Amino acid sequence: MFDDSKTKTVLQVEDLKMHFPLIKGLMRRRVGTVKAVDGVSMTVQQGETVALVGESGCGKSTLGRTILRAYEPTAGHIHYNPRGSDNVVDLAGLNNNEMQKYRPDLRMIFQDPFTSLNPRLPVVDIISEPLRANKIAEGVEAKDRVADIMRKVGLRPEYMERYPHAFSGGERQRIVIARALVTNPHIVVADEAVSALDVSVRAQTLNLLQDLQDELDLTYLFVSHDLSVVEHIADRIAVMYVGRLVEFARAEDLFRRPLHPYTEALFSAIPIPHPKLRGKQHRVQLPGDVADPANPPSGCPFHPRCAYARDICKKEVPELAETGSGRTVSCHRADELALKGVL
Amino acid sequence: MADASAYVKTNAEIQVYDDDVRAEDVAGQWQLMWWRFKRHKVAVIAGICVLFIYLVGIFAEFLSPMDPNDHHTRYTYAPPQNVDLFHDGQWLPHVKGYQVEIDQFTLRRTFVTDEEKIIPIGLFVKGDEYKMWGLIPWDRHLIGPLNPRDPFYLWGADRLGRDMLSRVIHGARVSMSIGLVGVAISLVLGIILGGISGYFGGWIDNAIQRIIEFLKSIPTIPLWMGLAAAIPLTWEPLYVYFAITVLISLIGWTGLAREVRGKVISMKGDDFVIAARLDGLRTNKIITRHLVPSFLSHIIAQTTLAIPDMILSETALSFLGIGLQPPIVSWGVLLKEAQNINAVATAPWLMIPGLAVVFAVLTLNFLGDGMRDAADPYSHH
Amino acid sequence: MTKTPVLEIRDLQTHFGAREGLIKAVDGVSMTVNRGETLAVVGESGCGKSITAWSVMNLVPKPGKIVGGSINLYDRNGGSVDIAALDPKSAEMRAIRGARVAMIFQEPMTSLSPVHTIGNQIVEMIRLHQPVTKKEAEAQAVRMLDRVGIPKPTERMAAYPFQMSGGMRQRVVIAMALSCNADLLIADEPTTALDVTTQANILELMKELQAEHHTSMILITHDLGVVAEVADEVAVMYLGRAVEQTDVFTLFDHAQHPYSRALLGSIPELGKTRGQRLTAIRGMIPHPLNRPLGCTFNTRCPMAIKGACDAVEPDLIQTGPHHHTRCLAYQNGYTHHFDKKPEGAMRPSETIGGRAHV
Ligand SMILES: Nc1ncnc2c1ncn2[C@@H]1O[C@H](COP(=O)(O)OP(=O)(O)OP(=O)(O)O)[C@@H](O)[C@H]1O
Ligand SMILES: Nc1ncnc2c1ncn2[C@@H]1O[C@H](COP(=O)(O)OP(=O)(O)OP(=O)(O)O)[C@@H](O)[C@H]1O
Ligand code: SF4
Ligand SMILES: [Mg+2]
Ligand SMILES: [Mg+2]
Repeated sequence: MFDDSKTKTVLQVEDLKMHFPLIKGLMRRRVGTVKAVDGVSMTVQQGETVALVGESGCGKSTLGRTILRAYEPTAGHIHYNPRGSDNVVDLAGLNNNEMQKYRPDLRMIFQDPFTSLNPRLPVVDIISEPLRANKIAEGVEAKDRVADIMRKVGLRPEYMERYPHAFSGGERQRIVIARALVTNPHIVVADEAVSALDVSVRAQTLNLLQDLQDELDLTYLFVSHDLSVVEHIADRIAVMYVGRLVEFARAEDLFRRPLHPYTEALFSAIPIPHPKLRGKQHRVQLPGDVADPANPPSGCPFHPRCAYARDICKKEVPELAETGSGRTVSCHRADELALKGVL
Repeated sequence: MADASAYVKTNAEIQVYDDDVRAEDVAGQWQLMWWRFKRHKVAVIAGICVLFIYLVGIFAEFLSPMDPNDHHTRYTYAPPQNVDLFHDGQWLPHVKGYQVEIDQFTLRRTFVTDEEKIIPIGLFVKGDEYKMWGLIPWDRHLIGPLNPRDPFYLWGADRLGRDMLSRVIHGARVSMSIGLVGVAISLVLGIILGGISGYFGGWIDNAIQRIIEFLKSIPTIPLWMGLAAAIPLTWEPLYVYFAITVLISLIGWTGLAREVRGKVISMKGDDFVIAARLDGLRTNKIITRHLVPSFLSHIIAQTTLAIPDMILSETALSFLGIGLQPPIVSWGVLLKEAQNINAVATAPWLMIPGLAVVFAVLTLNFLGDGMRDAADPYSHH
Repeated sequence: MTKTPVLEIRDLQTHFGAREGLIKAVDGVSMTVNRGETLAVVGESGCGKSITAWSVMNLVPKPGKIVGGSINLYDRNGGSVDIAALDPKSAEMRAIRGARVAMIFQEPMTSLSPVHTIGNQIVEMIRLHQPVTKKEAEAQAVRMLDRVGIPKPTERMAAYPFQMSGGMRQRVVIAMALSCNADLLIADEPTTALDVTTQANILELMKELQAEHHTSMILITHDLGVVAEVADEVAVMYLGRAVEQTDVFTLFDHAQHPYSRALLGSIPELGKTRGQRLTAIRGMIPHPLNRPLGCTFNTRCPMAIKGACDAVEPDLIQTGPHHHTRCLAYQNGYTHHFDKKPEGAMRPSETIGGRAHV
């Protein structure tokens, strides 16, 4: 299934769907389905950083969490190739017990360093939890590993007995990172890992994430809506719109020459941090609101806002497919349009 | 860009810390809550009062001057005595005896103080024999007449000449412990059923919610009356006592279960709970290690606020004559006896148990309020 | 071009008497807003941006109080009033709020009532500030909604806030703020909660409307990209102080204060910083109860001189025609301590001109 080229495919997501029931009213009746992730396919190579971008509510977090099996996927496959092994397991097909074995390999960095740390436990307990839960290490050994990882993320091990409230936002985010990395994981989903941080602390944290990636040979799935951060850190970028991937490409390609009209519009909205370039940017205005994932439009979900839409777009759903130039995009007109990038 | 390199720091250099460990940095939730609670002066005082009431209940036999069921027909409705510390300038703690006057026309007996009769009193005196907590035989009382046969009615006597003070003290034991035991039962039921309901959802949740709705929809007083009537008269007082407690808590747990369920549902989606699941923690561990400690303090505060309700329920039931029955002494039972005569006019001291109820309910409420405010020590974040 | 000030804040101090101690949330802020211009206020979380804004509205939240300094608001004839000296509840202050100074919040629901239709709310706002009939106000409200880009404005008048998306609500709030025709608009992170696409639209809209109404604006943000797009002037704040104010071009090319320079260096830049390390500022922001002595930035400053920066409080020094900086390196009597002048841009403009996409 996986090709034998130099880079190893560690994750292959196939037609993954995560639908939530939409429940309303006192009687808690099911009134519909939120198709938060609706048929996503993508591959992730060992050691790379894949970013998931898109507007709020497009399903970025849900996709990340479903891959980690925080949810029970509605359909699809998550083929995972564990480190140092040629076997491939389909995480989507495992039950909770079988999944337990892979939890240490697939970890998550949360967005909010305040809500994702239990304020009632000291830092040492928080970070060592995955070690004890998975019987990887206990007692003194666990403590040593906690000290180790704290040092790696730039926290003083002496502070492990402190409670989260004794740390600032940036330090807490380091605790969150330490908890994710203490199991020596393979794949890390970083869900808006730096969005809650201040600019200066964000820079420290981004640097840290990059250093740790090199040092620990990590593969990142980096969920973010901050496109300048994404451009800075990602190797490849998956653009999502209402539960689907609309484009998946190398970061430079995407910024130089997007193939999907939504990518063009999204990227053109990035504020350019220099006043000299003011007004020189080609900006694509998007009319209307993001489509409702409980009730997506027919055909291409983007067509009501797309400036290039044709009749076919209203009727047929475009496939996520390779174009002539070898890039992956889901747009009926990808081959004929010449869209503008921001680089 | 050369200039900028001055700002490039490695991770090691990024550590700038203050070295002094502040106490709150290593303080767990209970410590933080205690600090916060201490700032509530009223609640602290109320807490001391509540503690005092419970201590009185615990050491009832020792603290009461007499056996609460000992009757002396000579002293029916004897009024409260005053304690004098000196006699003729000499240190001699004492009370005065009674003289009975019979009204010529109405033939009513009234007590007047017999200034001549000095009844010396003391601490740790020998008196009626009793078994401490039903186990340890003893005969010392904290306070009492040096001669056990002398009348000693600090809070007056009732219809049968029983000492009100002793009865109120023994009533504290029963009434306060009913609140406590009742709330403990509700707490266990509420946390378990509410927790299951909230965490698992689905049909279990539905079933439990329907049961709660059913229990809540039955009017309480008739339900209690019906159930209390079903308790066999031949049962021993102790069994009756437990039966009543269970009855009262049967309704109490529903509110708590709702509360717990709401907390669990809102917390289930919280990041730190999802994190625990991704850490590989099993469901039961997530509940005991993360969820329960997070809401326990709220629930304890809530339960403290529920104790007064239980006490009032017992009082109400017993007052209506369908709760505890004599010879068990509870505040409700005592108040029921105050019904029998025009108590307010002739023997107002029979209403003292009512004051005791008010005092207990108020202090518990103040305490609970303070605890509720302290229950979330992380709220300022 | 002569600049006339519409608002001059001088040495403003707003303190909070919290239980843990005195929090000097704003402690010596000076900044100037010129007529028709946008002043961007940037700085990290907790540095006092919002409290400065609240102080200008004279609506500092409870334990807080303006304890020093002045906030002079000028009218078109050159007359001025010191807001800091007014009683928050006085009729005079109430007349200023809304009519001369209006505010837009980060979370639109702060200024919208959930139980009234948006039409009602805008009409009420208009009639509060203009002597018009209900009919006229309604017509004006519809025009306003149309102007801020809300489709089908007549029908939307009857909508409740919860029936709209976040971006729509923020547009309504902007429509409301603008319908008071205030001289000065304070926007506290108006786009932080929104998606980039919506943010771009809203910033565009605010720029247009500002030009149309000749409104002056204070834009609070921590996004330097937003600053670059809309600001004329920039004030950089750190720990309750304004450490630098100048025009936006000078700031991006010739920032003087080490904190401003570090801040600019710490944002990833499209096409420039890929694969490189960002220039992080070491350490964390000190706790507001625990302010460093001397220059508040000295604990994190790469240029800090022992014995000077941690002892002497620098003044806000005028270093150029439109440039003020609060750093000892520019203060008479201390410059010689700094062997290497912190002049020169963090990001020379030549490299920026060479970008592909222009
Ligand atoms: N547990 C859930 N139950 C029901 N609906 C959900 C659940 N989680 C997410 N959704 C819905 O799925 C959609 C996608 O949500 P998701 O959080 O993945 O978006 P996102 O792209 O991460 O957005 P953001 O940028 O705001 O974080 C939203 O419409 C959301 O309301
Ligand atoms: N009600 C309050 N009581 C006590 N201190 C307060 C209060 N409101 C604000 N502060 C303090 O004032 C300081 C400045 O707060 P302010 O809200 O102005 O920051 P900000 O720059 O707007 O930050 P952000 O970017 O997070 O909005 C903070 O350190 C905060 O602790
Ligand atoms: S498929 Fe059509 S509607 Fe969809 S993005 Fe392409 S051009 Fe626009
Ligand atoms: Mg998300
Ligand atoms: Mg603010």
